[in-house]
Amino acid sequence: MSAPILQVRELVMRFGGLTAVNQVSFEAAQGDITAVIGPNGAGKTTVFNLITGFYTPSAGEILLNGRDGQRALHNTPGHRIAQAGVARTFQNIRLFPGMTVLENLLVAQHNRLQAATGFGIAAVLGLGRYRAAEREAVERAKHWLEATRLMDRADDAAGSLPYGAQRRLEIARAMCTDPVLLCLDEPAAGLNPRESEELAELIRLIRGRGCSILLIEHDMGVVMRISDHIVVLDHGKKIADGTPAQIRADEKVIAAYLGEGDEDEAPAPAEGAA
Amino acid sequence: MAYALQQLINGVALGMIYGLIAVGYTMVYGIIGMINFAHGDIFMIGAFISLISFVLISMGGWGTGPGAILLVLLVSMAVTALYGWSVERVAYRPLRGSFRLAPLISAIGMSIVLQNYVQVAQGARVKPIESLVTGSVELWHGNGFAVSISTMQAMIVIVTLVILAVFTWLVTRTSLGRAMRACEQDRKMAGLLGIDTDRTISITFVIGASLAAVAGTMYLLRYGVIDFYIGFLAGVKAFTAAVLGGIGSLPGAVLGGLLIGLIETFWSAYFSVQYKDVATFAILAITLVFMPTGLLGRAEVEKV
Repeated sequence: MSAPILQVRELVMRFGGLTAVNQVSFEAAQGDITAVIGPNGAGKTTVFNLITGFYTPSAGEILLNGRDGQRALHNTPGHRIAQAGVARTFQNIRLFPGMTVLENLLVAQHNRLQAATGFGIAAVLGLGRYRAAEREAVERAKHWLEATRLMDRADDAAGSLPYGAQRRLEIARAMCTDPVLLCLDEPAAGLNPRESEELAELIRLIRGRGCSILLIEHDMGVVMRISDHIVVLDHGKKIADGTPAQIRADEKVIAAYLGEGDEDEAPAPAEGAA
Repeated sequence: MAYALQQLINGVALGMIYGLIAVGYTMVYGIIGMINFAHGDIFMIGAFISLISFVLISMGGWGTGPGAILLVLLVSMAVTALYGWSVERVAYRPLRGSFRLAPLISAIGMSIVLQNYVQVAQGARVKPIESLVTGSVELWHGNGFAVSISTMQAMIVIVTLVILAVFTWLVTRTSLGRAMRACEQDRKMAGLLGIDTDRTISITFVIGASLAAVAGTMYLLRYGVIDFYIGFLAGVKAFTAAVLGGIGSLPGAVLGGLLIGLIETFWSAYFSVQYKDVATFAILAITLVFMPTGLLGRAEVEKV
């Protein structure tokens, strides 16, 4: 068993007097789909924001075991985190709405293009090396357009796509940065059952490519079906950590979702749990 | 008719200069949402660098032909770009993430610094230069009035069009341009995709400053005199052009520049020269009443 792709150690995030994340530690294994669940306000998105460099943690460590050894993410600026191999999507979609679908995917490959072409010098001079790199970038974009069934919308403005397609495009864009860890923040939110089934397929496909996945999701159907490992947060603290079967049977988890109760069923989607 | 045609030519040549400066305003506004009030003075710096290079080149005995002009243009673009880069690095970047007015005040400060620096370093007197580009082509002769386009005007129009074409290609077709547009739409997200947003912003200032340098060189060649204060009015007018065209829109900046140039020229030709600036700004105000986002601007979309 190789080292875990992500190690979170005693992570703390305070906003003024509010402790949104309190001493949270967990690991995400290489090649696994790790889900982070919990009622609304449990601190899931804050954990994501800490991992992807939106916030700097008040205390604790986040370590990524990426392609070039171990990297501490908690003191790395945003664009270097992407370069280290972490990509993410958002609960509220953040595409570049004024650019085309294809351009959205090419932007994500800016770094590789720049590095391949002497940081734009070759691009300005229109050298062959740039053309080759650009062609390669378009090929990669096409690959993900096919995987997300967006090929026929490639030249449309991203903002004009229907909601479900925008969700898929956001995942495709994240994959174009060639990540080792993909963080998905509620990817199934607002999708109909058929669409979330397709999403689960897409996530499995991505995992099959050797990319580890960290997932925040309220749709328990999706979570239980595809996760290898689940971390449960409540009020900023980790209350459980284990396989889907273990989590389903965990008393504390059931209590957190449903209040003190004696339900044997898997916790229902937590829409009303705010 | 012939008179009007002549004014059209004059107006377009003037408008191109405004357009080149306006692009710098609109780019910076697009990417970091601030008005770079020092941009007019960057244009002035460009004109001075050109003047100094002309003097040096003619002293070096390399003549004053088209080759020399091209060399001067390139030198001016490079050195002015360095100024643009430094201004951003020193005065704006440390204030990023601060409240919105802070970089604005800092920009006004940089404008004063640049003006006073040139005033002290180069003297306050008006600096003349002999006309290097002379001659004109008579296009049409009607009603005893000859319509002509001077070589200078033709040069301004051609150089500007070439520069703008290269620039448009850069923004729409290259990876760098995509990164710039991405930063414009969602800077934080661009960072998450691995784009170095600070560097992209620096590049924006460098490009804006080198376009202003082209405008400065053209201004110097066209009018033959410059002083440390030319950046102020030219800056305000180019800014007006950017707003008129729709701030944030690149074609809008060029269109706005052309309109301002034409309004000024036609007003001076048919009404009174003294009131040309009044007329220009009155038209701006009226346009904004009816089209608050400018001619080609799009309404700000609320981000959810």
